[in-house]
Amino acid sequence: MNEKTMTVEDDLHFEQMIAEESVCTKENLVYERPETLTDATMHYCPGCGHGVAHRIIAEVISELDIQKDTVGVAPVGCSVLAYNYLNIDMNGAAHGRAAAVATGIKRVLPDKYVFSYQGDGDLAAIGTGETIHACNRGENFLIIFINNGIYGMTGGQMAPTTLVGMKSTTSPLGRDVATMGNPLKITELVAQLPGTYYVTRTAVNSPVNVRKAKAAIKKSFEYQKLNKGLCFVEIVTNCPSNWKMTPVQSNKWLEENMLPFYPLGDIKKPSN
Amino acid sequence: MKKELKLMKGNEALAEAAILAGCDAYFGYPITPQSEVLEYLSNEATKRTGMVVLQAESEVASINMVYGAAGTGKRVMTSSSSPGMSLMQEGISYIACGEVPCLLVNVQRGGPGLGTIQPGQADYFQAVKGGGHGDYKVLTLAPSTVQEMVDFVGLGFDLAFKYRNPVMILTDGALGQMMEKVLLPEQKPRKTEYEPWGSTGKTPDRERNIIYTLSLQADVMEKWNQRLQAKYREIEANEVRSEMIDCEGADYVLVAYGLVARICQKAAHLAAEKGIKVGVFRPVTLYPFPYADLNKLADNVKGFMSVEMNAGQMVEDVRLGVNGKKPVEFHGRQGGIIPSPEEILAKLEEKLVGELV
Repeated sequence: MNEKTMTVEDDLHFEQMIAEESVCTKENLVYERPETLTDATMHYCPGCGHGVAHRIIAEVISELDIQKDTVGVAPVGCSVLAYNYLNIDMNGAAHGRAAAVATGIKRVLPDKYVFSYQGDGDLAAIGTGETIHACNRGENFLIIFINNGIYGMTGGQMAPTTLVGMKSTTSPLGRDVATMGNPLKITELVAQLPGTYYVTRTAVNSPVNVRKAKAAIKKSFEYQKLNKGLCFVEIVTNCPSNWKMTPVQSNKWLEENMLPFYPLGDIKKPSN
Repeated sequence: MKKELKLMKGNEALAEAAILAGCDAYFGYPITPQSEVLEYLSNEATKRTGMVVLQAESEVASINMVYGAAGTGKRVMTSSSSPGMSLMQEGISYIACGEVPCLLVNVQRGGPGLGTIQPGQADYFQAVKGGGHGDYKVLTLAPSTVQEMVDFVGLGFDLAFKYRNPVMILTDGALGQMMEKVLLPEQKPRKTEYEPWGSTGKTPDRERNIIYTLSLQADVMEKWNQRLQAKYREIEANEVRSEMIDCEGADYVLVAYGLVARICQKAAHLAAEKGIKVGVFRPVTLYPFPYADLNKLADNVKGFMSVEMNAGQMVEDVRLGVNGKKPVEFHGRQGGIIPSPEEILAKLEEKLVGELV
């Protein structure tokens, strides 16, 4: 492939074009920061899926115009500082307790939109009890479950969703089923509970999957308005730093290894 | 003001008081000897005031539901008994750090471990010294009658919102289970106004409200701690409550809180019959502890005996208050045993009166 090298002249030409008002008009705007995303620099590693996941949540809240009626719950894990990036009222839960915290908020503010944003360690290990019971009670909020198969913040330890054979700092030879148990498909598990209304698995590894994930989040907020019960959106993501890969390699690895075990698509479709 | 006189069990009276205080939500889990609170509210609250009552899957979940619900600025409470309260300590640490006002009730039973379902007072340290991690304080009220089980609900909510701090009613299984006559207050309306700090949805007229407990910058977290400590100093300056019963002219003073303070009054009467002048000092707030009142009292008496249903916890604070001015003795029973007035008097005579003659 012939790649054209940018010359200084080209550069100047583009700068001039951008400076011209005729180009920078509302009509030409195709991409901007949603109002519900703050302009704080995210602390996430290069290539990490959290930034994309945050952005699509912010886009949905902006598009539905529900900023004033939305309360989010941040977990403990890499996304512990989610409240620094989402320009909405939020509550930082203790590790694993986001579903209980969200239950408390939603019960006293039933007309508001409530969601929790949780990683795999938070939701499927230490917070399993809170997750299952919130789902089983059919609490009317949205759980966004970020599954990258590893503990990111603490430095790459084995998660409940770590794949068999996958290496982590606490499974250095790879996850061994005999001693470490199987990866937990908690999304399939909560789909069995009558309290969940919509359960789906998405990913943010490609533009098409990002669009699908955003659509799932949007649908979930719309269902919440109709008091349909708990919506559960899993987002399979990468963790380049702890998987010890480049962002591109990690997205490829995700497709080849994570998605066969955690297949994308609706697990429980809304009944009407 | 119209008030209603009723004969009620302590736990049920407390639950009734929560409804009357306009409480917005209760999250709890069954545990003896406090389950009546959850049962009473499940029967009464929602139909009368629309209050949210939810039986959680665990005490861990209930305290975190409280954290979320109270973070919106509503009047929210939970109750439990000793082992359940242990499970809640992590959540209480977050609630204190996030400065979320709420009401906690511990109907104590004997410990440690599963312990017993009989009354105890062995959660004193846990309540007043910060049972969870980090430097924090929970304003702790100790009722000694069913009436105070009622009165401290309204007072507890007021103090919680005044200081944006968790408030605990530290009572015990005997007060929770006994029946006494109580004057119930009038029904207060449920809370409709939002608190300026409540996490309820960001409106255009304000910045976003975040209830959180984390700072990765040491200097910021230290300032945060200093702000909390300044608040605790303010609570210590303004909210100390204690009761002195026949302490004027007394030679000896029994120090006790809650149920035991009542038994000590009977012991003091028995002492009077024997010609021994005994008063009773009852801390009503366990945090902040009435150190100064005790210190002043120490100028006029010969000695103190702290009586508790534990192996000696509050006695440490009594000693700090008396500060060496006079002897401080201790008598305690454990495992759910309630000390009798005769036993208390005998111990007082053995440990103090006999020694100081």
